[in-house]
Amino acid sequence: MSEQALKELGDHIAGALGDDVLNVEVALGELMITVRRPSIIKALTFLRDDTRCSFEQLIDITAVDWPEREERFEVVYNLLSYKHNQRIRLKLGTDEDTPVPSCVPVYSAANWFERETWDLFGVFFSDHPDLRRILTDYGFEGHPFRKDFPLTGYVEVRYDEDQKRVVYEPVRLTQDFRTFDFLSPWEGMTDVMLPGDEKAQAPDTGSKS
Amino acid sequence: MTIATSASPTAGQAGGKTQIKPYTMNFGPQHPAAHGVLRLVMELNGEVVERCDPHIGLLHRGTEKLIEYKTYLQAVPYFDRLDYVSPMCMEHAYVLAIENLLKIKAPIRAQYIRVMFSEITRILNHILSITTGALDVGAITPALWGFEEREILMEFYERVSGSRLHANYFRPGGVAWDLPPGLTDDIWAFTESFPKFIDDIDNLLTDNRIFKQRTVDIGIVTKEEAFDWGFTGPMLRGSNVAWDLRKSQPYEVYGELDFDVPVGLTGDCWARYLVRMEEMRQSLRIIRQCIEKLPDGPVRVQDRKVVPPPRGEMKRSMEALIHHFKLFTEGFHVPAGETYTAIEAPKGEFGVYLVADGTNKPYRCKIRAPGFPHLQGLDFMSKGHMLADAVANIASMDIVFGEIDR
Repeated sequence: MSEQALKELGDHIAGALGDDVLNVEVALGELMITVRRPSIIKALTFLRDDTRCSFEQLIDITAVDWPEREERFEVVYNLLSYKHNQRIRLKLGTDEDTPVPSCVPVYSAANWFERETWDLFGVFFSDHPDLRRILTDYGFEGHPFRKDFPLTGYVEVRYDEDQKRVVYEPVRLTQDFRTFDFLSPWEGMTDVMLPGDEKAQAPDTGSKS
Repeated sequence: MTIATSASPTAGQAGGKTQIKPYTMNFGPQHPAAHGVLRLVMELNGEVVERCDPHIGLLHRGTEKLIEYKTYLQAVPYFDRLDYVSPMCMEHAYVLAIENLLKIKAPIRAQYIRVMFSEITRILNHILSITTGALDVGAITPALWGFEEREILMEFYERVSGSRLHANYFRPGGVAWDLPPGLTDDIWAFTESFPKFIDDIDNLLTDNRIFKQRTVDIGIVTKEEAFDWGFTGPMLRGSNVAWDLRKSQPYEVYGELDFDVPVGLTGDCWARYLVRMEEMRQSLRIIRQCIEKLPDGPVRVQDRKVVPPPRGEMKRSMEALIHHFKLFTEGFHVPAGETYTAIEAPKGEFGVYLVADGTNKPYRCKIRAPGFPHLQGLDFMSKGHMLADAVANIASMDIVFGEIDR
């Protein structure tokens, strides 16, 4: 779809949902709409049932963790319309404590996607029929995809020959976890302005020389 | 078929008749028909499935988290390890997502090579899916024959990338190397011999009475259910929806190629089997067209800020050496932005939601695996069917745990 068509679709949705829409953006040929958290069910129902939208399928729900933001989690819904061959991305913000209304009544597929988001990020979905952990181990603690969760985790498992069972122990690294900061001070691969770079672009005033 | 019963059937006498109470059965996680490490907790009434709760995550490796700690280029091999039955298609989605963010496009020769190998991958996947599916319902021969053909295809993988399975061949901006000499001739020879294999499988299975008894009218998915539960790929086409991302949202050179999208009419396991069979024939058509149209030219973009210089140049040019060093230590920077890029993987829509923050590592990479929503639908598909039909359903979903558990 062309950028223009996406813009028009975005305007149409923003017009129909009114105050519930916070932001409409078209970038890289993809339409993104930020909505208010409480009105997500209303927005998804509208997107599914409106004839100009008819997003029949929920493709994906996920979250992105931005710890420095006030509402650290950005919950992302990707939808697809078969009728109009178009995609849309819905977003909303939330934090550790504020629940997001579950959209299982609108799309059955949301069930596992929301369980996954709860499991990995700790975003709570209210009125979810079965909000259990899905990908992590039975009895796992914490939400591993948060940015403040270490890559190595906190526990490791091994089979204990004496106890004849799998035991959990605090993770012990035989060598330090290595994270290399390759972001060089030269910034050779980026277009960052370095001291002196402005001289190359400065208009020739002819005042010095 | 039963693995372990967590609660044995309690039979009580009620009015002179024996009444069997529903009981819970644990299926897997180590079971050949589970296609990996799937644990199913099933509630059975006699042999009829009343509820089926898949427990997944036994193969969860945290791929998405690992990718956040790697540069864009270092993350490519993780994608081979997702759906290990169709590695190159997974790479394809990721590589396209990066190219989308970088606003570059692979050279036309690289696009043809990628499409050709995507289709080889599709055949690779469907052979496994169909033959092991047949194995699950009692036919052993197709699996024995199929793995022989898969080996030929994996040889093509090996010749082009150096490894049979984890290819790491698609790279941002093109492919790793050009095709070795003679490979296209051998692939062409394969497209001539392979239809015989499809016909053989056709003869063995399609009108086989036992196979039809086990698949026809089993696990019927209506069009509405398929939409509601997020089904894509053959699961959706089996329910009579003519939708294929290669046709509807063509990426790479698919728009210039001529192929048909098969659909099933009944939405049962048999329809999905037929869709996969026909898709293999269509893939052969695409491979042939790719070989015929394959143009000459570079296989990677010439932008040295993204793609390393050739080895020979590196030995002579200081500039090239610096680029090489920087690319393999720091990696390239991707401008801040986000994209959801999806491809038609053999199992359905495989998408990568990539969030870049302007550094050399992805800020977040969500992998949308087609098997994940499919497996979620197992409960409603198996309800009311016999226990053995749940196995046929799992087989027709084409479940691979590498991509579901990620």
